[in-house]
Amino acid sequence: MNIAAAVNENFANYSNYLIRSAMFVYALAFLGHLAEWVFGGRSKVAVQSAALIGESGEEGAAAAPAAAVKVTTRGGTATLTRPKVVTRASASDRGIADGPGAAGGSEKGDLYGRIAVSFTVLAWLLHFGGVALRAASVQRAPWGNMYEFSTTFGMVAVGAYLLLLALKKDVRWIGLFLTTTVLLDLGLALSVLYTSSDQLVPALHSYWLWIHVSCAIISGAVFYLAAVGSLLYLFRDHFEVALTAGRAQDGRWGDIMRRLPSAATLDKFAYRMNALVFPLWTFTIIAGAIWAQAAWGHYWEWDPKETWSFITWVAYAGYLHARATAGWKGRKAAYLALAAFACFLFNYYGVNIFVTGKHSYAGV
Amino acid sequence: MSITQKSGGGDEAATATNAADGESEELGAAGAQLSTQPADTLAQTPGLGVVGWLRWMWRQLTSMRVALILLFMLSLAAIPGSLIPQHSDQLKVDAFQQKHPTITPLYERLGMFHVYSSPWFSAIYILLFVSLAGCIVPRTWQFVGQLRSRPPATPRHLTRLPAYSTWRTDATPEQVSAAAERALRGRRFRVSTTGTSVAGEKGYLREAGNLMFHVALFGLLIAFAATSLEGAQGGKLIVEGDGFTNNPTQYDDFSGGTLYGKSDLQPFGFSLDSFDATYATSGPERGSGRTFRANIHYWTGPDGKPTKGEISVNHPLSIGGEKVYLISHGYAPVVTVKDARGNVAYQGAVPFLPQDTLGTATGVVKVPDALDKNGKPDEMAFRGIFTPTFALDKVRGPHSSFPALDYPALILNAYHGDLGIDAGLPQNVYQLDTTHMTQLKEPDGELVSKALKPGDTMTLPDGRGSLRFDGIKTWASFTVSHQAGNEAALVSGAAAILGLMGSLFIQRRRIWVRAVPSGDGDTLVEMGGLGRSESARIADEIGDVALQLQPDAPAKPDPDPDPDPDEADAATGDVPAPDSRPGDSAPQPADEGARA
Ligand code: HEM
Repeated sequence: MNIAAAVNENFANYSNYLIRSAMFVYALAFLGHLAEWVFGGRSKVAVQSAALIGESGEEGAAAAPAAAVKVTTRGGTATLTRPKVVTRASASDRGIADGPGAAGGSEKGDLYGRIAVSFTVLAWLLHFGGVALRAASVQRAPWGNMYEFSTTFGMVAVGAYLLLLALKKDVRWIGLFLTTTVLLDLGLALSVLYTSSDQLVPALHSYWLWIHVSCAIISGAVFYLAAVGSLLYLFRDHFEVALTAGRAQDGRWGDIMRRLPSAATLDKFAYRMNALVFPLWTFTIIAGAIWAQAAWGHYWEWDPKETWSFITWVAYAGYLHARATAGWKGRKAAYLALAAFACFLFNYYGVNIFVTGKHSYAGV
Repeated sequence: MSITQKSGGGDEAATATNAADGESEELGAAGAQLSTQPADTLAQTPGLGVVGWLRWMWRQLTSMRVALILLFMLSLAAIPGSLIPQHSDQLKVDAFQQKHPTITPLYERLGMFHVYSSPWFSAIYILLFVSLAGCIVPRTWQFVGQLRSRPPATPRHLTRLPAYSTWRTDATPEQVSAAAERALRGRRFRVSTTGTSVAGEKGYLREAGNLMFHVALFGLLIAFAATSLEGAQGGKLIVEGDGFTNNPTQYDDFSGGTLYGKSDLQPFGFSLDSFDATYATSGPERGSGRTFRANIHYWTGPDGKPTKGEISVNHPLSIGGEKVYLISHGYAPVVTVKDARGNVAYQGAVPFLPQDTLGTATGVVKVPDALDKNGKPDEMAFRGIFTPTFALDKVRGPHSSFPALDYPALILNAYHGDLGIDAGLPQNVYQLDTTHMTQLKEPDGELVSKALKPGDTMTLPDGRGSLRFDGIKTWASFTVSHQAGNEAALVSGAAAILGLMGSLFIQRRRIWVRAVPSGDGDTLVEMGGLGRSESARIADEIGDVALQLQPDAPAKPDPDPDPDPDEADAATGDVPAPDSRPGDSAPQPADEGARA
């Protein structure tokens, strides 16, 4: 153990500069997304294209509950064209297509959106550098206290979002929410949770710190993206119900809603994200139990942190069940997902701050 | 190549339900049994008689919906235990009960101080596991049945499947079906061919994974039970220089499971030679620990040879099959107490328990053997704090400003009277019961209170004797734990994760290919797919298979290369809306927003 290892003050300072710069650039990205939303929908082009899409939609709707045209042609020689595949809507699909995104189909809005994404990439690189330098300054995993946990958490959430964008997933609609929350997260971390870089208490000296905590951070970040999806799903679902009931949905709110992906898409996005990390969250808890066994001699003691991890886990299991149970799909399942994420947040902030247990090394 | 195109993606679960009920008449066996998920039968009313009711209740209990409610209740029920102190930390429970005397009786009645072994918490998880058993047993049989039977035959109307493709070719139906069989086998589908119809199914591991996950939950439950029944642990505080043998009488506290008694203890022992602690001397976390290490000698068996060893946090020591964990540490002032007659009534190290991270510790010196001037028993006691680095301020009074022994001081009040030890009740050595004791006062009426440096002596008023602060020893406390159920828990946990991954990441799906003469000399190839979930990917897969069939069954140019959607409609015919939610009706024509 290199306990005596002097903390490299320089690295720590640079890390702080980088995090502050990242915040600045995130703020630019935030403004970019704001501009995308504000200028996107209003433009003439957007209205026109919406009308166009609406037209073809009517025809599709006459056919079956749904018709979104997605033509895939790929393939080699002329004779080997890939045959097209007809897909049929399922029960939960209203046949309402995804909105065009925040830009609302307008070129100007789209430009702002692209600028915002570029800023996000730059901010993320700064953010990443900040976290890495922090790790270098203390020569350990950069998540020994709540400040470090928060900065890494935000970094992973944005990283996951950028990864989805890189995989050509249509997720730019999260951008505004994500930049807002990352700014809040980093602001909170720097102002309230800040702890100067330092060594760890002996209880945290274990390679399980790397495994257990990094998995917790990744799980949390992806759960967060899913929660944004669920929240927007609830709004958009509300909007679609009103639409199909024939109630006019004009005005600002309707304009925003209209540009979001369809409720079915949002719901599916939330489900996929949650289902993707649920096994990782399960592993996080098990890794924590193994560590507890090594450190304290019991793998499970109902310590508040363990208890809330368990509650979170059961809540997400409930969500997955709800999705498979008739009568609980859709809105009810989305409420469950949000409740489960609230449990995750409480486990992180609430338990660290209000409840004392063996995990109380938060540095607050 | 006829091209029809109808809709966007679908919803995982909804597709399954479609298959299960809405369209089962259309798809027949093809759509059924794509999972072993039980159908929701809650709507049924109970049959007649007791048996009918019992069966109805059983069905309720083993339904997904009740499982969901029980899961929800389990997470709610776990909350109070995280907010109210639990009996595993009795000191905190005592403190809480003293602070909240009104609510305590109610909490006690509700079992709030031992939530996780309370009847109501147990009831919830037992019901959940009964429900789980009632769910997985039939599902397992059903799944075995599905494994042994062949993929269901090609449904009549392939067009009604969630994903569908068709084209005309010059190849014969036999050539097409042979190629399709090869292609599907190559993709590791289970294939069954009837005539020129090929049925393939894949992704059984999803179901297997799901069952394995739920069975693993049972494994975890059993492991938990084993841990609490066969595990045992004892706590022991050892002062520097002292030793310990693994014997029931030596423990400060011992809790053994029902199946593990004190007679099962392994013979071993260890002594604490010294305790090393270093602390951050600067920076924001000044005073927080950097290294804690107990240097020990240990031996096994009645007369084993002592071996040198060390125990630190995260690095327990295995001795004689048991594990010894370092839990905490502190200082024990060494004192010599003389009574009124000048005899040494007590001499030794008294462990003080740290109250904060900077080492302020409280403790009690009990002197039961003291005599008064007349030689009558007059028990003495000293209560106070020990500070490794003494500091004083108005708000906190005397306290420690750093956990290392930079400027140690012992601050004590003195008492005399009856310690209450003879009452026969077990006493906490760290607490003083002052109901029958009087605090000593100086002649001027001030309470006796002295801050002592090592070597100092405090003389008690009225010639009642003295206390000398001789020096300081360190102490460390250990948990000796006999472990059981660890491996079972670990294996179950690993199985649960693997099962989950199978259950969540693997798609179970079916693909059918039918080749029939079209009447005008061509062969009509139809291909349809049905997923247990997620129709977007099955569409891609159908496209891939269709592409793969092109060399053997090349598509002929379509007479109408760009059919309009209305025609597609005619082709698929009267598709009933599977669900009559208002949302499923067509978007209002006036409403461009619906497609926005
Ligand atoms: C002990 C508590 C339980 C936990 C933690 C739990 C957890 C889970 C999880 C995480 C899934 C998601 C896997 C997936 O979506 O494929 C799942 C699926 C499932 N569970 Fe449970 N479960 C529990 C009890 C039960 C019980 C009591 C039943 C039966 C009544 C049940 C029946 C099912 C079924 C049928 C599925 C598959 C759903 C599907 O095919 O989508 N589970 N369970």
